[in-house]
Amino acid sequence: MNIFRVPDWKPNTDHQVRKQRAQMLHDIRAFFYERDVLEVETPALSQAANTDPYIESFQTNDNACPRFLHTSPEYPMKRLLASGSGDIYQIAKVWRQAELGANHNPEFSLLEWYRVGFSYQQLIQEVDLLLSSLLSKIIHKPSLIVSYQQLFLEKLNINPHTINHAKLMACVHTSISGFDLDYLNDLSIQDLLDLLLTHCIEPDFKTDKLTFVIDYPVTQSALAMIGKSKFDKDLSSNNQNIAMRFEVYFGDLELGNGYQELIDYDGNCQVLKSENKIRDNVRQKTQQLNKQTEIKTVPEDTLFLEAIKNGLPECAGVAIGLDRVLMAITGKDNIKQVINFPWDKA
Amino acid sequence: MASYNTSEFKSGLKFIMDGDPYTIVENEFVKPGKGQAFSRVKIRNLKTGRVIDKTWKSGDSVEAADVMEVDMEYLYEDGEFWHFMEPTSFDQYAADENAVADVRLWLKPQEKYVVTLWNGAPLSISPPNFIELEITDCDPGVKGDTAQGATKPATVDTGAQIKVPLFVEEGEIVKIDTRTGEYISRA
Repeated sequence: MNIFRVPDWKPNTDHQVRKQRAQMLHDIRAFFYERDVLEVETPALSQAANTDPYIESFQTNDNACPRFLHTSPEYPMKRLLASGSGDIYQIAKVWRQAELGANHNPEFSLLEWYRVGFSYQQLIQEVDLLLSSLLSKIIHKPSLIVSYQQLFLEKLNINPHTINHAKLMACVHTSISGFDLDYLNDLSIQDLLDLLLTHCIEPDFKTDKLTFVIDYPVTQSALAMIGKSKFDKDLSSNNQNIAMRFEVYFGDLELGNGYQELIDYDGNCQVLKSENKIRDNVRQKTQQLNKQTEIKTVPEDTLFLEAIKNGLPECAGVAIGLDRVLMAITGKDNIKQVINFPWDKA
Repeated sequence: MASYNTSEFKSGLKFIMDGDPYTIVENEFVKPGKGQAFSRVKIRNLKTGRVIDKTWKSGDSVEAADVMEVDMEYLYEDGEFWHFMEPTSFDQYAADENAVADVRLWLKPQEKYVVTLWNGAPLSISPPNFIELEITDCDPGVKGDTAQGATKPATVDTGAQIKVPLFVEEGEIVKIDTRTGEYISRA
């Protein structure tokens, strides 16, 4: 008997899946070529990192001047836009620490594009067009568009924009099993909304359709513009401010994330600063509890901010996870089945 | 005390929660596009066997439990404890009533069991899937009665009550599935 395990060197994919990936990449490039959107490249290893407190960058071990693997090509692509590039897209490998599961691989392929002069509603139409053609054999038209508020009202009878922490906590406690109130008390409003979204709402999405969720709470705006909803009459009649954002799903599988891009310089500076502030708070709070934490403040991208100061044109942008699109195309339910050499075999 | 971060979660991992030892049955990583990531897990209480759903924020950690599963031979009962022996080291372990609760009616000397040890003490015992036991009490057999499905109650030497076909006699050895308590065949 051979007591040594033979290392499994073989790819996880079969030839059919590899052909489907190549076809998908070809179709995407043809789609943008037709529309005169230019393919670009930007650095994968940068001096600055993503400040988003919920996304961790990999870092090189040169402590004097560390570099960070990009988690999306957003900052440098916006520098191109500020320099007058016009419409651009990129297909890039990106990296996010500790995101590993049936729908996550820490290294993955991202399609990101920006349309100058587009509203996010126009961009939704274009995303729908592209995904509908890539998934033409699988999905049923028309795609659904629903506001974040509508989802929470219909499923849980709560208004996600105005609900207070105590009521939201009670809602999570009754809707999801296995939480004690002390634990929930320490979670932020956004954490609690995320729990409800992922545990109670996403599983109900139509399995054979694309669903666009739009108009998020302002606390989740990140680098999206804040404004009034043009889509949900309920929202606009209450004069409710919303984050001009959307996410697109196939069934309950999230495929992408789009923004009406924040172009205001002060606004962008504030977002990066406040995200770093959150990182610092989380670190201090965790250390006070005598627990280990990896989270820390990261260098803000000053080149990006300088470009915004120079003037970012009004634009809408979106990032789509291509491995997930390929999961949908091939009907696989684990991301490991569409990546030749996933994380544990890389 | 050693601990596990959510990024180390995988099925089979043993940890302590509210003073009880648990094992992870299933772990799912969930994360909305821009937002908090969670580990959504099914966990089994190793004392009660109950499976519950639990969700942790990514980055949370749980206290590691010193839990191992060891093959052992059942020796004897002394009225208070049930004694097992690890057959290579000859180390003996005494299991209390709680630990043997589920397996008590399938305990046969010299048979192999899986003993789950927590901090070195037996926490629970799993019997082999199939076990051969002697019929100690049943109504007399009916010769030639092979009617499908007809059964009669019988008691085996461990004290368990089972249902056997009508032709089975007192003193015979029969094979039983411990997961269902069903008679499988004559041994």
